[in-house]
Order: sequence, then C-alpha cells, then structure tokens
Amino acid sequence: MITITDLSYDRDETPVLRGVDLTLNAGGVKALIGPNGAGKSTLLSLIARLIPMQSGRIMVDDLEIGACANDVLARRLAILPQASEAAPLLTVRELVGFGRYPYHKGRPTAADREKVEDALATFELQALAERRLDSLSGGQRQRAQVAMIFAQDTDYILLDEPLNNLDIAASRGLMRTLQDLAQHHARTIVIVLHDINYAAAYANEIVAMKDGGIVAQGAPQDVVTEAMLREVYGTAAAVHRIDGRVLVGV
Amino acid sequence: MFGRRLLLLTLGLCLCIALYLVWGARGNWGFVLPFRANKLAAMLLVALSVSSATVLFQTITRNSILTPSVMGFDALYLLTLTALIFVLGGQSFMQLPAIGQFLVNTVLMMGAALALFGTLLRRGGSDLFRMILTGIIFAGLFRSVTSFLQRIIDPNEFMVVQANSFARFARVELPLLALAGALTLAALGAAWHMRHRLDVLALGEQTAISLGESPRRGLFQVLILVSVLVSVSTALVGPMAFLGLLVVSVARQITPTVSHAVLLPSAGLVSAITLVGGQLVLERALQSSTPLVVVVDVLGGLVFLTLLLRRTPR
Ligand SMILES: Nc1ncnc2c1ncn2[C@@H]1O[C@H](COP(=O)(O)OP(=O)(O)O)[C@@H](O)[C@H]1O
Ligand SMILES: [Mg+2]
Repeated sequence: MITITDLSYDRDETPVLRGVDLTLNAGGVKALIGPNGAGKSTLLSLIARLIPMQSGRIMVDDLEIGACANDVLARRLAILPQASEAAPLLTVRELVGFGRYPYHKGRPTAADREKVEDALATFELQALAERRLDSLSGGQRQRAQVAMIFAQDTDYILLDEPLNNLDIAASRGLMRTLQDLAQHHARTIVIVLHDINYAAAYANEIVAMKDGGIVAQGAPQDVVTEAMLREVYGTAAAVHRIDGRVLVGV
Repeated sequence: MFGRRLLLLTLGLCLCIALYLVWGARGNWGFVLPFRANKLAAMLLVALSVSSATVLFQTITRNSILTPSVMGFDALYLLTLTALIFVLGGQSFMQLPAIGQFLVNTVLMMGAALALFGTLLRRGGSDLFRMILTGIIFAGLFRSVTSFLQRIIDPNEFMVVQANSFARFARVELPLLALAGALTLAALGAAWHMRHRLDVLALGEQTAISLGESPRRGLFQVLILVSVLVSVSTALVGPMAFLGLLVVSVARQITPTVSHAVLLPSAGLVSAITLVGGQLVLERALQSSTPLVVVVDVLGGLVFLTLLLRRTPR
C-alpha cells in the first residue's frame, strides 16, 4: 500500500502539489490521469524518490520515502520516468540486465540472467537483444526500458506515460502485460495515461488530478463521467457506456 | 567480452616496456636499467592516472568529449604554479626539496580541482554546451591571470615557471615516485572498486536513483578521485593536455562498451602504450628531443576537433 499524507511540492516558489492525501491499495492497475501540468509526474517522481521531498510523508508499505535506504527501495519499487535518458551505447540485453542491479550489485548470478531472458521474452525483444539502443525506434527503445523495469521484479511499478511512443498493438500488448502482472503476480502498477479510454479499459482504479490536487478516485465506471471530464479537462466530451464499459467519444 | 583485445593490448604494452628497457643499452646495464626503470614507472603512473581520470570524468559528465584538461585543469595548474612562484619567489620554490614542491603542488591542485569541477558540475551539469562554455571561460580567465602574473615576476622566476609548464619525463627521486605511486594506486583501487556503480551512474541521475544508487554521493566520490589522479600526475610531470582525450577515444574504438570493468583497463593500456611507445619512438628511433607531449597534443587536438564536429554531443 502506498500512503501519501499532506504532500506539497513547490517548484520555483510555485506550488505544484498542494497537500495531496492519497492511498493506493496494493494490487491492481491504478491509472493516474489529468491535464498537462497537473502534477502527475511530480507525484510519481516523489514516490520514487527521484526528487527530494519538501513536506508531507510517503510510505510504501513499511518504507518511508526519504528515510529508507535507496537500494532497499529499489527492490520494492521501480519507475519508468517520463523522459528517461537512455544510454545510447548499451545493447538491449545490457539495458534490461541493469534491472537486476539492485540485487546483484554488478555480479549477476545465473538466476539474474534467467530473469533478464524472461523479460526479453515477455516483451518480445529477443530478436533485438544485441542491438544498440541508438539503432532502435522510439517505440522499441521504450519497450526495452519497460523490460528493464520488469526485470527489476518489484512489488510496485510506476510508469509515466509509457504509451507515448507506442503503436496500438504495442500499447495494448503493454497494457495486457501490466494487467497480467497485477492479476497473477500480485504487483501494484501505477501508470500515468493520457488516453482515458486506455485507463478505463485496463485500470482497476483511476485517480484524476488537477492543479496539484486529487479530484476523483475510484473504479473507471464511477470516475469517468462527462462531469469529471468537464471539471478536470474543461472539455465537453461525450461518455458512452457499452456493456458496462466506458468509452470517451473523441 | 573483449578479453582477447585486452590481452593483445597487454602484450603490446609488455613489448613496449621490454624494448624501452633494453633497446640501445649497449651493455651498460648497471647504470641504464635503474635509470630507465625509474622513468618507465613515472610514465606508467601518469598514463594510468590520466586515462582513468578521463574515463571517470566522462562518466559523470555523461559525454565522451570532455576531459579534466579540456575543462580548464591544465590552465589551473599553470596558474597555481605561477602564483606559487610569485608568492614564494622562484629561488625559494626551487630550493624546496622535490617532495616538498610536489606536496605543495598536489594539495593546492586538489583543492582547486575540487572547486573547479564542483562548480562546473553543480551548475547545469546536464547541459553539455553550457559546461564546455563555462570550462573554456574559466580556462581563459586562468590564462589571463597567469600571463598577468608572469609579466610582473622577474625573468629568472619566469624561467622556473616555463621549465615546469611542459610535461617532461625526467628522472624522479625514489621517495617522490613512491609517494606519487601510493596516492595513484589508492585512487585507482577505489575507482576499480566503484566500477559497477560507475556503470549505473553513467545511466543518468534518474535511472541510477531508481536502481538504488545515490548519484550525489557517487559524483562527490568520483570528483575526489579525479582530483587526486590529475593533481598527482600533473604535479609529478606537468600537464598532459590532450593525452586523456586521445587515449580514451582510442580505447572506446578498440573496446566499444560502457562497462567500466573493460573501459578502465583498456584506456589504461592504450594510454601506457602511447606514452611508453611514443617515448621509445621519439627517444630511440628518431633520437629526437621533442617532448612527447607535443606530439600527443597535436594528435589529441585533432581527435577533439573531430569528435566535436562529427557528432552532435548529447
Ligand atoms: N523541471 C521542472 N522545472 C520547473 N517546473 C517544472 C518542472 N517540471 C515540471 N514543472 C512544473 O510543475 C508543474 C507540474 O508538472 P508535472 O508534474 O510534470 O505535470 P504532469 O506530469 O501532470 O503533466 C507544471 O506546472 C510544470 O510547469
Ligand atoms: Mg508528466
């Protein structure tokens, strides 16, 4: 369970997060939605201790962010940041291999290598395994990065707009893999999504953010309403319900 | 991976060393061998320091163009040296025992290097162009102050500065060599110990944190190692300017990998071959008294320009 209490964050004296209180129960896919600049990336970065806390408190199970050791957290929680700088000279296999670093600290065991092969297979990267990252397309590179997060084998996985470079097949493939991880491997996935239809289709829970605060939290069919879209995004999109599923008209 | 290439480089270095020791000795073993061994040891120390410092520096700045020298370290050395002679006077500086000169130089340089690189990295460490620009401006500033000081000290003292401002491999007193060797080996050992962490730090701040490393601590430790390595080698023989850039670029071609477990030894071997082999060719084959550093600078300068022009730096 991720528990966030009274979390505020300022950038250049402008408040980006204003006293956020949020509880994310363990298990399932949680989608974080909201307009650009709402503070989603900042929230994720704080949970993953990529930026230092200013005020408030974040607990990931029994680990307090800012107080617990970096490498302990690295075995509990993994993040794919929004703009992640990949080292262009690495091969795909090397990159994915780094996912095991929190465990082996530079001396991979046979079990670590197996996990890497497993991740390569899961994301269908075997054919690209020896290619260098700078020879891949944006979408392939993105897949390799997600595979590295996967190899990190953590209870919590945070992803910031991972669908950005992906085509529809790759997007659906990734979302299914994440769903499977949550359902069958007891992982908790927190994912920032722009396409609300993806959020509604694959998430168990949606958290909507606006202006550095939480506006709504709940099951997709409860959260995704025309009123919410108007309030959060300021747009009058139609929401259709088909067989108990929600679909936003575009 | 690349084990064969490292082995070949090692063999090449052994050949250079053997040739350097025996070629043209004309049976004068008792005199020639200790003399050459001493010079050889100094060259190997400098070779390893400069190459490792460059690899470390490029890792924390995340590019393959910058080196401590390019970022103003050599200019800083000249400034420190000139200022030292300005304050102490050339005579009293020369009268210091070699080990005293070395210690004063090293300590001053280490402090100055930490300040310089710390400043460069703290402000916009991720913006390559800004960093190059700041480095160049700092270097220019150091040079101006240096030439100002050189103008106002008297000509004899200026000669002392001149004599010390080129890297030259001459005989080094044994205690001094031992001291420099101990410092260098300690820093190299620490760098080797960090090799896996360096691989992770090279991935960038966010990825490194997410894999459980602490980039700030890593940066600080690497800066200290770089300062020790460049200060000791510069205080021992003088500035080597483009040597680091040259040998690390060549090493990256021979062993194209990001693994520091390969890159550190590979760059060290290339560097040692360049110095020992280069000295061999200049001193024995061409019988020339041109300091090796001049040749290295021309080559390194060309490499620097090529790198800068060919690739859009990240
Ligand atoms: N590196 C940064 N420097 C300064 N301001 C930033 C930076 N990153 C984000 N911001 C500001 O913080 C606010 C929240 O940004 P962010 O968390 O990235 O939002 P989101 O991910 O929801 O689009 C925005 O107003 C943005 O302008
Ligand atoms: Mg964002």
